[in-house]
Amino acid sequence: LSTLVLAEHEGGLIKNSSLSAVEAAKSLGGDNSISLLLAGSGHSLKEAAEHAASSHPSVSQVLIADSDKFTYPLAEPWAKLVHLVQQSGGYSHIIAASGSFGKNVLPRAAALLDISPITDVTKISGSNLFIRPIYAGNALSTVRYTGSSPCMLSIRATSFPVASETADLKSNAVSIDQVDLSTLDEDESVAKSTYVKLSAQISERPDLGNARIVVTGGRGVKSAENFKMIDKLAEKIGAAVGATRAAVDAGLVPNDLQVGQTGKIVAPELYMAFGVSGAIQHIAGMRDSKVIVAVNKDADAPIFQVADYGLVGDLFDVIPELLEKLPEKK
Amino acid sequence: MKIMVAIKRVVDYAVKIRVKPDKSGVETKNVKMSMNPFCEIALEEALRVRESGLASEVVAVSIGPVQFTETLRTGLAMGADRAIHVEAPENIYPLTIAKILKALVDVEKPGLLFLGKQAIDNDQNQTGQMVAGLLKWPQGTFASKVVLDKEKQATVDREVDGGIETLCLDLPAVITTDLRLNQPRYATLPNIMKAKSKPIKKFTLQDLNVEIKSDLEVVEVTEPPKRKSGVILSSVDELIDKLKNEARVI
Repeated sequence: LSTLVLAEHEGGLIKNSSLSAVEAAKSLGGDNSISLLLAGSGHSLKEAAEHAASSHPSVSQVLIADSDKFTYPLAEPWAKLVHLVQQSGGYSHIIAASGSFGKNVLPRAAALLDISPITDVTKISGSNLFIRPIYAGNALSTVRYTGSSPCMLSIRATSFPVASETADLKSNAVSIDQVDLSTLDEDESVAKSTYVKLSAQISERPDLGNARIVVTGGRGVKSAENFKMIDKLAEKIGAAVGATRAAVDAGLVPNDLQVGQTGKIVAPELYMAFGVSGAIQHIAGMRDSKVIVAVNKDADAPIFQVADYGLVGDLFDVIPELLEKLPEKK
Repeated sequence: MKIMVAIKRVVDYAVKIRVKPDKSGVETKNVKMSMNPFCEIALEEALRVRESGLASEVVAVSIGPVQFTETLRTGLAMGADRAIHVEAPENIYPLTIAKILKALVDVEKPGLLFLGKQAIDNDQNQTGQMVAGLLKWPQGTFASKVVLDKEKQATVDREVDGGIETLCLDLPAVITTDLRLNQPRYATLPNIMKAKSKPIKKFTLQDLNVEIKSDLEVVEVTEPPKRKSGVILSSVDELIDKLKNEARVI
């Protein structure tokens, strides 16, 4: 086996979700040489490559594509890059985390290679046997890949947590090699998309995808003003803030907080839902959380069917009491 | 400019699905079927572009068994000018669908191809990206805002992990639509009547010279493991106690 992992980096560091993709690669089988592919330009790429080389003991090679075409993660040059690297490397598997980057790039690259990708994999049962949720997680589909190499996957990062011993970095040097980009422009689409900007919410709190605790507000929170209570609670216990689609659509919070089938998939140790009814599309995004707490006025709300601890009550009474009585984050 | 919109027929989003006892899939017989919600949004956006005067025609396309023409009729009733039905078996994978769409683009030569970002049955989220790759067109996936200008460019806001990303794409381009792009219209009764006389052109896979690529096999479809049922507590104090001493998460 040989696996190419499409990695994302930010601020000179490999993203955690990409390390989850390395974990997934490891579970494909024993004898697997894992290469990380990074793209970007200049100093930040160089820093990220050095981090990548010591980011995970299973990584045996780091490939970097250094070009101003990769300053931003556009699908057109990235897909062509994967095509080029596969042609020279002949990998048996290509994996990316199924965040918005992987969802955008992997299928396009697969089409260039004439491969059917398997997206949003939650379990690897063999080098060509995978489980993925369908119908918003209301069914699980086991699929076998029977086509030619490479087998292309996107994996759900929360299903492949990074083992903690990863911190013991191995000392042997992993080679960092440049990808030859001389034929990148052969794909005429490469010049046809331009990055304009990213409108991001700057937050001090942990990232929703990786947080140990997530506090979520639903439509029951009613207003953006009230949502500050959710923020306050999250701050007190060191949690990330999430929201339901209903809360996002009602304009209470920005879209990147949405948890659910079409938003983010989370699996924290503790998930606390306030004023969340529990639509199947929302449950799809949080059902793998270890402990689920639900607070809702409506005792019949479906969220109580998946909650470990339910409290039937008004969130406007419960949250102030929690704020008063919960211990500060450690 | 002509706009092509790809439409999928799926189990209605409000139906609680059942896994078949023989684990071969999800029960779709005697179940309400509808247009995939993301496809409705894609069609609505195409109609709005036409109504703004920047496009002259909206062509709705669907690929599947004969029942898919019912879904195309819904699209025609919403306002599509005409439709194309490609006869094909159910459950073919996105790569083949993308090849069929590319073949239709070669015939119709649209300036924009709209698709929903994913279908709510298989949740694969692949077809738009794949057809864009095959066509060598730029792609704007998960769009929450689309602005076209006469310079033959589209500015697309995309819902990404870190917020909203804005891209500028040269047309022709592929755009896949997210939930917040628009609120699709309902078909009115007069428009439903009118739709009956709008043309639906048929193609077969042979006409388009596309072969079904089967490189995946569904081994089984099962129900997800159930969470064990929890408890309803009576007070915040009890909740904090449980979280501290039983679950040990705070």
